[in-house]
Amino acid sequence: MKNLVEVKNIKKNYGKNEAVKGISFNIKEDEILGLLGPNGSGKTTTIGMLLGLLKPTSGEILINGQKLEGNRIEILEQINFISPYIELPKKLTVKQNLTVYGKLYKINNINERIEFLSEKLRLGGLLNSITGELSSGQKNRVSLAKALINEPKVLLLDEPTASLDPEVGDFVRSFLESYKKEKKISILLASHNMNEVTRLCKSILMMKDGIIIDKGNPDELINKHGRKNLEEVFLKLSRSKNELN
Amino acid sequence: MSLTRMYGLFLRHFYLITRSFPRVLDLVYWPTIQITLWGFISNFFATHTTYYNNAVGVILTCAILYDFLFRTSIGFNMLFLEEIWSRNFTNLFIAPMKIGEILTSLVATALIRALIGLIPAVLLTSPLFGISILDLGIFLFFLFLSLYLFGITLGVLVSAGLLRYGPSFENIAWSTMFLLAPFGCIYYPIEILPELFQKIAYLLPLVYIFEEARNILINQTVDIQNIYNAFMWNGVYFVLSIALFYYSFNVAKKKGTLINMGE
Repeated sequence: MKNLVEVKNIKKNYGKNEAVKGISFNIKEDEILGLLGPNGSGKTTTIGMLLGLLKPTSGEILINGQKLEGNRIEILEQINFISPYIELPKKLTVKQNLTVYGKLYKINNINERIEFLSEKLRLGGLLNSITGELSSGQKNRVSLAKALINEPKVLLLDEPTASLDPEVGDFVRSFLESYKKEKKISILLASHNMNEVTRLCKSILMMKDGIIIDKGNPDELINKHGRKNLEEVFLKLSRSKNELN
Repeated sequence: MSLTRMYGLFLRHFYLITRSFPRVLDLVYWPTIQITLWGFISNFFATHTTYYNNAVGVILTCAILYDFLFRTSIGFNMLFLEEIWSRNFTNLFIAPMKIGEILTSLVATALIRALIGLIPAVLLTSPLFGISILDLGIFLFFLFLSLYLFGITLGVLVSAGLLRYGPSFENIAWSTMFLLAPFGCIYYPIEILPELFQKIAYLLPLVYIFEEARNILINQTVDIQNIYNAFMWNGVYFVLSIALFYYSFNVAKKKGTLINMGE
């Protein structure tokens, strides 16, 4: 399988503070890579660099074989992002928001794309609703539709099911699994929901203090650390000294 | 530059205005109040001073011109602030939009916002005060264009500050015009200012624009040099503001302001 994301020894310093201290990883097509770590471990900084919102102090990021540096627009056309910490304009209807982003991503046949996504994400009855008046679960699905409006090859997810009830959370996870399989996209999933990560990810990176302290698939990590589940592994690594220094 | 993307960003603000009556009201309300107030002041001065008694509409015309400048500048800032307030900023900056496309789209949208506010106010001046801004003739277009450029320039400068320093720069967004207004010689000739202030004022396009508006209305003559000077200084500041915006964007990418903008 081809690597759609290649991260080569990226570092990010804010003055003297080293937020990310030289990490490398790849994400293959048709792969969901879990990015775990306690708050302040460098996950958001890493995602920011992948999105071109942050300039790495050093290192290189390639998306679909193209360097991010110098090809920002071409690469942003191929990726998208969802996070509960960013929202779509609240006063616009769902359809208006999707239309706006369809234009920003220069999508042909926007209406067809909106129709397709609204069917897949159960948005049919919500298209003319005001986005700000939707429930958390509905807003989440609308944000997901926005994130898929450009048929991204790489999808970055930051806590995609935070604050969702179990039913909607399960729907979103199932949708992501089937969409990834169907479209062969790469997904980077940053989450604190260990069940979600165990279910969706074949491989995981554990970050702490700006470095990758461990990696592997969920079962490997659980066995390696002699714990019952990923949550216990997470707790052990979060509380221990960095393992791969 | 992609017209589709620029139209997309325009649509985002167009939808917002059409869906929000308070926003439309806000656009129309202030210019109307401002111009009505200055209309009465203008009438008073016209009847009680010799300077203005041959040109009743001087103060009111300058008030309209200043309001257009103010609305253009604030309008541009508002477009930027709306993205921060709605926590949509990150979505916008991870969309494949070039900086030039964002700026061009906001420049066009700010013009439409300013006109929505100004046109009703201008229409009021004729029946209420018997004054038409069209008395400035064809040169009105150049004065408006010059003010629009300077308003946009100020908007771009403030937006550059927002990019660089984040939402804490918001207060500056509201105060820029008030800082420059005394140097703009909007309602009085430049000779009123102390010598040092005059030197500063001559470095701004505003003084040439308002001097020329008064010149046309009072002396019924046109001094092309004033219009030229206004455009020249506008060009200088506009180029500087665009350069500063790009610089701020790069600094924001280094410092992480873009990713923390909503916080």
